[in-house]
Amino acid sequence: MSIEVEEKTPAPARAGERDRLHPEPRREPLVFERSGRGKTGYSLPPLDVPETLAIPKALRREAIEGETEISEVEVARHFTRLSRLNFGNDEALYPLGSCTMKHNPRTNEEMARLPGFAASHPLAPEEVSQGALELVWTLEKVLCELTGLARVTLQPAAGAQGELAGILMVRAALEKTGNPRKTVLIPDSAHGTNPASAHFAGYKVQELKSNVRGTLDLHVFEEAMTEDVAALMLTVPNTLGIFEDQILDIARIVHAKGGYLYCDGANFNSFVGIAKPGLMGIDVMHMNLHKTFSTPHGGGGPGAGPVAVTERLAPHLPRPTVERRADGTFTLDFDRPDSIGRLRTFLGNYGMFVRALAYIAAYGNRIGEVARGAVLNANYIRAGLTGVYHLKYDAPTLHEVVFSDKKQAAHGVHNTDIAKRLMDYGFHPPTISFPLIVRGALMIEPTETEGKPGLDAFIQAMREIARECEESPEIVLNAPHTTPVKRVDEVGAARNLILRWRP
Amino acid sequence: MLRAIGASSIEDLFASIPAEVRKSPDLPAPLSEIEIRRFMRGLSRKTANARETDFFLGGGLYHHSVSAIADQMLYRAEWLTSYTPYQPEVSQGTLQSIFEFQTHICLLTGFDVANASLYEGASALVEALLMAERLSRKRKKAVLSAGIHPEYRETVRSYFANLDLEVVEAPLGADGATDAAALEAAVDEKTFAVAVQSPNFFGVVEDWNSGSRAAREKHALSVAVVAEAVSLCLLSPPAVGLADIACGEAQSLGVPMHHGGPLLGFLACKTEHQRQIPGRLVGETRDKDGRRAFCLTLSTREQHIRREKATSNICTNQGLMALAANIHMSLLGKHGLREVALQCHAKAEYLKGRIARLPGYRLPFTGPTFNEFTVEAPVAAAPLLSRLAARGILAGVPLSRYESRDTNRFLVAATEMNTKEEMDRLVAALVHERGDLEVPPDPPEAR
Repeated sequence: MSIEVEEKTPAPARAGERDRLHPEPRREPLVFERSGRGKTGYSLPPLDVPETLAIPKALRREAIEGETEISEVEVARHFTRLSRLNFGNDEALYPLGSCTMKHNPRTNEEMARLPGFAASHPLAPEEVSQGALELVWTLEKVLCELTGLARVTLQPAAGAQGELAGILMVRAALEKTGNPRKTVLIPDSAHGTNPASAHFAGYKVQELKSNVRGTLDLHVFEEAMTEDVAALMLTVPNTLGIFEDQILDIARIVHAKGGYLYCDGANFNSFVGIAKPGLMGIDVMHMNLHKTFSTPHGGGGPGAGPVAVTERLAPHLPRPTVERRADGTFTLDFDRPDSIGRLRTFLGNYGMFVRALAYIAAYGNRIGEVARGAVLNANYIRAGLTGVYHLKYDAPTLHEVVFSDKKQAAHGVHNTDIAKRLMDYGFHPPTISFPLIVRGALMIEPTETEGKPGLDAFIQAMREIARECEESPEIVLNAPHTTPVKRVDEVGAARNLILRWRP
Repeated sequence: MLRAIGASSIEDLFASIPAEVRKSPDLPAPLSEIEIRRFMRGLSRKTANARETDFFLGGGLYHHSVSAIADQMLYRAEWLTSYTPYQPEVSQGTLQSIFEFQTHICLLTGFDVANASLYEGASALVEALLMAERLSRKRKKAVLSAGIHPEYRETVRSYFANLDLEVVEAPLGADGATDAAALEAAVDEKTFAVAVQSPNFFGVVEDWNSGSRAAREKHALSVAVVAEAVSLCLLSPPAVGLADIACGEAQSLGVPMHHGGPLLGFLACKTEHQRQIPGRLVGETRDKDGRRAFCLTLSTREQHIRREKATSNICTNQGLMALAANIHMSLLGKHGLREVALQCHAKAEYLKGRIARLPGYRLPFTGPTFNEFTVEAPVAAAPLLSRLAARGILAGVPLSRYESRDTNRFLVAATEMNTKEEMDRLVAALVHERGDLEVPPDPPEAR
């Protein structure tokens, strides 16, 4: 990196400057490379029963060749140093659109670690599991209230599994009437998981082209909505952040043809506590506890994807459900003959239920503030960057805004470059190249977490980068300059696959 | 802020949402941190946990030791509050940790490719089978051993129901292992995969070769299923048993039970099948300056690019759980992993021996076991286990939960967490439940 480049980088939150004062670890060997013969980082109590090995030799292995020998302090250092190569939401604005990187309250982490949640077992007798079951039941009731729908399954492990569960329930309900139908309609702005999930539920996918406003084209849709169509999968608001203001007409058209309206609730955080999907005519909707309800993203999971359904779809919920008996005790109901079965073991990502319920409890009847804050922040960024970055669709947006690199591309700079340059300014990049209907997309979602100073700093950085694109595009094209590694060769990784360390 | 936006109120920003669908939720007033803690502790107290009971539950979810450092590391914001490493330059920590996790899984299974993790064991089996189906090109049948966890089998059926794929089950023999002849007979030219679990759901250690032999004859793929991953540290690895794919649940390697989730699914396979592997993969590469770096790779398999043609609809892995497992496995390492497995086995053998000698109780299966085994009680198991639970002993999993004719049978698991005193208390309690019998004296070698 040349001095000149550094001089041109403006002041706010510069990683380069920070490094001179507090050198960061720039590389860390693999844990296997830290290993050395004879080192040990664990201790076990002496065996208090006779040593026995009652497994035939042919079914056993000897040593696990290649595994580590390492001390605890080295493990501590290794993972601490590795962690410092990561950018987290606690560091600064993490405007990854569609992913909803909001603050993760630490109380909720503590609660999930209470022994009755972290060290309990779902196959213990129900009489000694009442607290655990009550929590599931309570979270279901709360999510029913927020969605305005009749029942909720908490079983799906993530949003994509929730989508599959939802479409399988639609299929089961249609099958009950004799015809599961053939097709699922999905707008071209949808998440890639939607078509993949519909495919795994045994449906053909028909893509619907969005109109010039970025929303569903009612004419295109009405024509496509035949009696072969099982469901329309609609993201509300859509991935551009635009609420489908004709939602009631859409629902009417779907229902008139005997189909179901599936709502991808990935963006529920933009209207939670303000409006209810059940009132919109939505029949089935998944939510992401790691988006709307702040369970941590953890570097890519665990998620949790509860699905809310109408009374009509409720018989098809995955097994088991949690029910409250007349005497106030809770029980698991496996006797559900019309259930779609199960999509995973046990009750779901229980630890995420604890965190989500704690989050909702902290807001209570004021949970609409979450959506208000998210929408206000996103619109503030939109106002701050309009004119600087191209906005393909100018309809009002809720919790996120999708710009493009159209203006900057004229100078040979693309969304990837802008994303990388943002790292030098101390921010995580927005989502890029999604949704697919915006070429060179920059999808920005600030969430309600951010205060005005953080938003202003981000807007300033984006404006600064836009100026650089015009005046000195090479700085942006060569970015990032200040990160632990420079631009990574992703093409090379796929061409010459190295997927593990070798002794 | 509103002035900059050009709106007069926040409500204006919601103008696109029709009035008739708006409604505030009927929820209680907000709770403070103190009140949330009080509420949650109340629920926690109403649930029996492994720290305060004599604990022998398993059935695909096990109580193992997790070192303090593993959990404390998860609190670091750089791990907890980051997301999928789409931007490798600011995600090298997560990427390198996943690369290390992939390596640990390879070392344990004997394969050269493992993915970044999957949701949990049952859906990992589904993904493994769908992978085998794609590799087979147009075959339609999967043969599953009846020894596979019943919740895994149910999950496979739910997924397969609408994909025009058939599931056939091969029964167990008298020793509790999959009947090799029946397994071979079930496989035909339409079969794309043969799946066997070891140790199986009833605790019996299977020979991976029996599944592989049955598969190979008809050119199907052999899928090895593991629900108790600690067993991989002592038992012959799936790749050595000539399996093509290994999958299952790695919760035992550093993840608390969490009342059944989040868990840690894994999937590993031969190199020749790597382009059909589902879920995320991290590869080693270089940065612009030629230094080692890591990034997500082969993403053209995935849904965000391939949409309905993707290898799977999966979008996340179990990032934080894979990190916990990486820390746990690194810390225990070559010797610790094996020692834990040996202790689990020795303790289970001790307990099994004592229960086997109790009049009235019997072990229905004769095959070797690792750390879990099936017991047949003289009375119905579910009420028996409920009575023991009331006395602070979570003695096992009643098989009637899955198969109504198995009224008197239950699974008992032991791990490095169980002491001899605990196990002796369980034996005494089982005798007490039998009512009319005395505790037999310990055999000499156990004294």
